Amino acid sequence: MSIFVDENTKVVYQGLTGSQGRFYGLLNREYGTQVVAGTSPKKAGTDVDGIPVFATVADAVSATGATASCIFIPAPGVKAAVMEAAEGGIEFIVVITEGVPAHDEAWFFNELRQKYPNVQLLGPNCPGIISPGKANIGITAGHIAKAGGPVGIVSRSGTLTYQALYELKQKDIGVTTCVGIGGDPVPGTSHIDCLRAFQDDPETLAVMMIGEIGGSAEEEAAEFIRTQMDKPVVAYIAGVTAPPGKKMGHAGAIVSGGKGTADAKMEALRDAGALVGMNPTEAGDLMAQVVAKL
Amino acid sequence: MDLFEYQGKLLFGSYGIPVSPGEAVQSVEDAVAAADRLGYPVVVKAQVLTGGRGKAGGVKLANNSAEAREYATSILGLDIKGHIVGTVWMEKASDIAEEYYASFTLDRSAKAYLGMLSAQGGVEIEQVADENPDAIAKIQVDPVIGLSEEACRDWVKRAAINPAATEGAVDILMKLYKVYVDADADLVEINPLILTPEGRVHALDAKVTLDDNALFRHPDYEQYDAIQHRDERELAAHKKGLQYVGLDGSVGVIANGAGLAMSTIDIINQVGGTPANFLDIGGGANADVMAGALEVIVSDTNVRSIFINIFGGITKGDEVAKGILEALTRVTIEAPIVIRLDGTNADEGREILKPHLSDRLQMQPTMLEAARCAVELAEKASA
Repeated sequence: MSIFVDENTKVVYQGLTGSQGRFYGLLNREYGTQVVAGTSPKKAGTDVDGIPVFATVADAVSATGATASCIFIPAPGVKAAVMEAAEGGIEFIVVITEGVPAHDEAWFFNELRQKYPNVQLLGPNCPGIISPGKANIGITAGHIAKAGGPVGIVSRSGTLTYQALYELKQKDIGVTTCVGIGGDPVPGTSHIDCLRAFQDDPETLAVMMIGEIGGSAEEEAAEFIRTQMDKPVVAYIAGVTAPPGKKMGHAGAIVSGGKGTADAKMEALRDAGALVGMNPTEAGDLMAQVVAKL
Repeated sequence: MDLFEYQGKLLFGSYGIPVSPGEAVQSVEDAVAAADRLGYPVVVKAQVLTGGRGKAGGVKLANNSAEAREYATSILGLDIKGHIVGTVWMEKASDIAEEYYASFTLDRSAKAYLGMLSAQGGVEIEQVADENPDAIAKIQVDPVIGLSEEACRDWVKRAAINPAATEGAVDILMKLYKVYVDADADLVEINPLILTPEGRVHALDAKVTLDDNALFRHPDYEQYDAIQHRDERELAAHKKGLQYVGLDGSVGVIANGAGLAMSTIDIINQVGGTPANFLDIGGGANADVMAGALEVIVSDTNVRSIFINIFGGITKGDEVAKGILEALTRVTIEAPIVIRLDGTNADEGREILKPHLSDRLQMQPTMLEAARCAVELAEKASA
């Protein structure tokens, strides 16, 4: 099994007619994802390489039965696009767009939680989600992942997500689902949401978690691992040597006031029983050892 | 993006938060004239985007024109932790009965806004948080619902500040919340928020960090961007649209993706080297971007070797390889380069690079081996 998405997930692409939306929408379809619709208020009634375009998400949902959406709308329009998806009946919303204002993220996260408690938001500023061999929603290069499990991956960083998939493929280890939660201050889906789903997924037998400096999401994840997981977890935290007060590319990746350091995160994870690699390769090696013992 | 104190005060003032009258000036003559206009005593405050300016001699109380001249002269041009003072804020001095602390920021764990208010102001709030966490009254504000005056009043009560300050504090905090949301701030902080002997409450300092991602709806923020302190390398990279953070080591780093760039810095440190920078070229590793990145790297005279760490996802390895080769024809580079290329079409990319490999341009199969190689080359060059 996989978590959140599989071969039956029907996806509408908000912004399919834009250059990014078109490029990745078609790549995702080629991978096998059920890309059933696009939306564009001005281009309703047209199609993108055979994929029908609707004016609104609600129209797309009623015509196609889509349950997931993938948003490639520029940052200023993301807040409205997320709410349109939820109001249109979408249950799983993936926001690839980067550069969304933190106040918008905080607002729509809470608005969804209150008005649409069953909606799961992933992102913004994330690479998306891939259940190898089944569905790829977002910008991950599908062929770097080996299908079939037994490993689930959750990661805050895009390229490190690819790195992790690749390290595992080199070792001939398959992946059930790989979730890129994104590096923004208010991620819709947290490490814990994914850890919980992986813990409940019978085909996921081990989890690789890739974190970053900044915030306390990894410490909270460590507490979850300690108290509620019996599946082995291998972790890697990027930014061990990042100087305090400097944003390392991601809005969320900053060590401030002595908080959010990689050392503190690694210590919390080790205390929780996770194996911690010092770099992606070492994490891959540790996972290979874990998988060999399964 | 951080604002200078005086910019923060002007912003606060525009929302009706009481601040002391003052003027921002760049010359000694203007400083004295401003002080004469304001009336003595006047506080001369260095405007720098770093803490500890008081200890560094960047804040002085002037009782007359001569002192205003003396202090403006000593403070303008002062080096505070690498920040040269170009502007001073001349402010009418306030009598202080009590000092408080107030701020709003994002609580990332709760995914809500966090207000903090403390009767122990005027000192580092981290210190208060460590030594006496109960002295900070917190309030969690749902971004959808906002802050009600009732909740604000309750919060002020919990902070146990002087009852004489209650009304003034509630008024300021409601306005401060409005600034925080309207201005798309990551942080608004008043430390100290003071109560004067006459019973008035006002903001004696202003710390504001704005969200760079919200620039599109605040075109006026360009005025702030123009005066941000960046070292020359960061400035050059900023102009090219590259994510760059200057460090002080000898191995130049170019990587695609923030996570991979951070990871590259880590691994250089782990094999005994020192990274010269963090540089994320993003998804498109074409010749223009690569040439721009290499230009920034070679402008750093500490760089002894360069580690290009690319993982091709959607970006294809053969295109990256061509981009690197073309960039090398445009930029003159003294330092040897080590490339690690993996991911999509990595084999094709490596084939393209192979005929060009030499002592000056090396390729390594993994991140770890490439890091070791780059660090060794940097050490050799420094020896």
